[in-house]
Amino acid sequence: MTVSIQLEVNGKPVQAAVEPRRLLVHFLREDLGLTGANIGCETSLCGACTVLVDGNAVKSCTMLAAQADGASVTTIEGLAQNGELHPLQEGFWEKHGLQCGYCTPGMILSANYLLTQNQNPNDEEIREGLKGNICRCTGYHNIVEAVKYAAERMS
Amino acid sequence: MAGVLGTSIKRREDPALITGRGKYTDDLNVPGMAHAAIVRSPYAHARIRGIDASAAEALPGVLAVLTARDVAAAGIPGVVPVGWLLPDLKTPAHPMIAADTVRHVGDAVAVVVAEDRYIARDAADRVAVDYEPLDAVADVVAALEDGAPAVHEDAPGNVAFDWEIGERESVDAAFASAAHTVQLDLRNNRLIPHAIEPRAVLASYDSNAGSMTIHMTSQNPHVHRLLMTLASLGMPEHKVRIVAPEVGGGFGSKIHHYADEAIVGLCSMKLDRPVKWTATRTETNLTDAHGRDHSTHCALALDADGRITGLRVDTTAAMGAYLSTFAPAVPTYLYGTLMSGQYDIPAIHCHVTGVFTHTTPVDAYRGAGRPEATYVVERLMHLAGETTGLGPVEVRRRNFVSPDAFPYQTQVALAYDSGNYGPAMDRALEMIGYDDLRSEQASRRGNGGGRQIGIGFSSYIEACGLAPSAVVGSLGAQAGQWESADVRVHPTASVTVYTGSSSHGQGHETTFSQIVADRLGIDPEAVEVIHGDTDLVQFGMGTYGSRSAAVGGSAIARSVDKIIEKGKKIAAHLLEASAEDLEYEDGSFRVAGSPDRSLGLGDVALQAYLAHNYPDDLEPGLSATSFYDPSNFTYPFGTHVCVVEVDTETGSIELLRYAAVDDVGNVINPMIVDGQLHGGLAQGIGQALWENAVYDESGQLVSGSLMDYAVPKIHNLISFELDRTTTPCPHNPLGVKGVGEAGAIASPAAVVNAVVDALAPFGIDHIDMPLTPEKVWRAVNS
Ligand code: FES
Ligand code: FES
Repeated sequence: MTVSIQLEVNGKPVQAAVEPRRLLVHFLREDLGLTGANIGCETSLCGACTVLVDGNAVKSCTMLAAQADGASVTTIEGLAQNGELHPLQEGFWEKHGLQCGYCTPGMILSANYLLTQNQNPNDEEIREGLKGNICRCTGYHNIVEAVKYAAERMS
Repeated sequence: MAGVLGTSIKRREDPALITGRGKYTDDLNVPGMAHAAIVRSPYAHARIRGIDASAAEALPGVLAVLTARDVAAAGIPGVVPVGWLLPDLKTPAHPMIAADTVRHVGDAVAVVVAEDRYIARDAADRVAVDYEPLDAVADVVAALEDGAPAVHEDAPGNVAFDWEIGERESVDAAFASAAHTVQLDLRNNRLIPHAIEPRAVLASYDSNAGSMTIHMTSQNPHVHRLLMTLASLGMPEHKVRIVAPEVGGGFGSKIHHYADEAIVGLCSMKLDRPVKWTATRTETNLTDAHGRDHSTHCALALDADGRITGLRVDTTAAMGAYLSTFAPAVPTYLYGTLMSGQYDIPAIHCHVTGVFTHTTPVDAYRGAGRPEATYVVERLMHLAGETTGLGPVEVRRRNFVSPDAFPYQTQVALAYDSGNYGPAMDRALEMIGYDDLRSEQASRRGNGGGRQIGIGFSSYIEACGLAPSAVVGSLGAQAGQWESADVRVHPTASVTVYTGSSSHGQGHETTFSQIVADRLGIDPEAVEVIHGDTDLVQFGMGTYGSRSAAVGGSAIARSVDKIIEKGKKIAAHLLEASAEDLEYEDGSFRVAGSPDRSLGLGDVALQAYLAHNYPDDLEPGLSATSFYDPSNFTYPFGTHVCVVEVDTETGSIELLRYAAVDDVGNVINPMIVDGQLHGGLAQGIGQALWENAVYDESGQLVSGSLMDYAVPKIHNLISFELDRTTTPCPHNPLGVKGVGEAGAIASPAAVVNAVVDALAPFGIDHIDMPLTPEKVWRAVNS
């Protein structure tokens, strides 16, 4: 049994027939080939799979593809515009906010959501805003710096 | 290019990773690919009475269900080997798939292959295994008790090995005549590595060629190929290619050869189709080799001046249910040999018993033995400061190996090549504002409020880059400890480096290009770095033990030097000069004393490939391969200071400051070096405050998910204050030492010392990690 869904992914319309139980993250990664969202825990605890759904940061391992029917989804692949890196992407590169990079797409999209809520967050607000995303490599020090860099660039 | 070494060049790895284009193993899909799910034991110890796979096989889309019987029928070796042997080590068999007995929760009993991953998991749930549960023992101390359930029949008393280093008699004598002694019983908590990318493998067997390509999460693809072919699958080594694509962190967990990767290889061979398996987080927690898990009694003897006269350590170290790849080396040669720390200790004895338990195997995890050793030494030094009245700073200073005593031979085999410990301590005190902190502490104590501050020190030594091969071989390693590098200068003077160091987040492509660019005097952009593929790189030992810069980087430097030597001969021929008169600088070969007679690297490289106008006695081409086998370990060191605030009413701990002064020798890319320190600190602080792999009495892993195992999150941590001193390594061409593990080695002791310091008025001298509010509260209220 499948259900048919229509949604927008990175600005492009997508139509698909999916199993009702198919997770959004598997739909994005395996059906659409958008492998930027990673799976670190498949239990909503690490944030590696974070994408934006209608502007909200969502852990795509905890949402069904069927629930995204009618939604607009942005993945890390859709963040750079016209070949220009998003200030957050720049910040993570500039400030060494990533090592293995596995947490990075989710981290950047969560930070993106944070910056839509608070354009000029202080260190504590950044740490509070990103606590749903685990990074095992960086110790977070430079992630805070990366987000500050982006906030400055965007203001 | 001048100025390229020691510069924070942005990482070339990042553009792909920040845009989602980096390809990790699970991102790879190939035509005809099937998916595997592994059926695992829910019991810590049980006999398998039978397996009924019929319900699984009946599910549409299921391709095969394999068990130990199929391993046997395949006529392959089918085992998971241990790669480090100690005298009298018990090496019970570790079958790829358990045949009649399971020995830890998560032990593989069957594998299902299906057309898609959902079906594979559905089918795995339908494999009915008839278990007869048996008594289990998960605790390392309980496993040694009389009558404890046996993990292996051929390891009586659950003892895997009994090992010692140093001289017991001289230590006994030191204690007999000591003016002060301090002692401690401690646990070093069991940790789960938690690389955020779970282990994954995509095995593609090609029956026509009789060959297999395996993409997998590996820190050392050649080592994996060797173990996979020799011990597990029985394929010829040259018929297997292992590729590590982007690897999402490892911290040791992706060094080891696991049953699961071999099982997937077998599935691909049996089905003649590509098969992919990606661990769930629960599976990684049950199967990634864990770290630490020691129970230790230790004691320090000091004379009336506070000089250490003896150190005694007795440790029981968990091995888990089977011996993982390098497991026996970790609590022995990577632990007992580090017991001298930064100190001149005339007598040391360290005894270690390796113990089987019905738990996930334990092996190298960031620091591997060295954090455990540092924890012992630095906790004792804290107590020594208290007991002698000298305090934590003076007692350390008084015992530091003096700067003019290098090379310094310790009593536990290692010979430190270089060091200068005082300045790192001085700088750390200055950064933290030590005297002010002590006044603040005194005034808070005077006020008797519920928020006390504590200051903790950790002056650590690390030994990076195990070496040399002959020595580690004599100690039981079944592998060499060199690294290879093939550097090829192309006709247009751009360069490709093939390195055996296999990056999994460290940024080798960036740093290695800096090494070549500096030595060859070219732009780093003209250097490509290839790693992580057994078909491309001729051989490599891989990335672990903070060895990549010191060993892998040195191999690259050697190859570049060979290229320059050859280039001089070509240039001398072209310039009609003698090769001895040629100098190489900033990308040009010059005749000494005649600056106008010079040729660029490009001119020489082109001629090397044309070989039209060329020395008779020289082969064409401009490339060089090196297998660099260091003459010694390298010895990074430093002093870390942690400041905490402890709420004595609730037991909660707040990190206030963390300052670290590290000496990792020459630095190739400061930004990357700092990043390595940050990451290590987070893991070490995590061990001290939150992380704990807990088994219940029946051997169930109670903290098997991220709900229960507290990996540090961003709001738990603070920004770190870092600085460096620089004492170059004297025995490698780059003067580098290694930095990957320093943070994780130093920080647990610094944190615990800080908390204990805060609680000194309560007469508390030790709390076992992790320092949860409950434990702190109980200590305060007991
Ligand atoms: S994979 Fe979704 S939160 Fe971890
Ligand atoms: S960069 Fe590796 S998990 Fe964050």
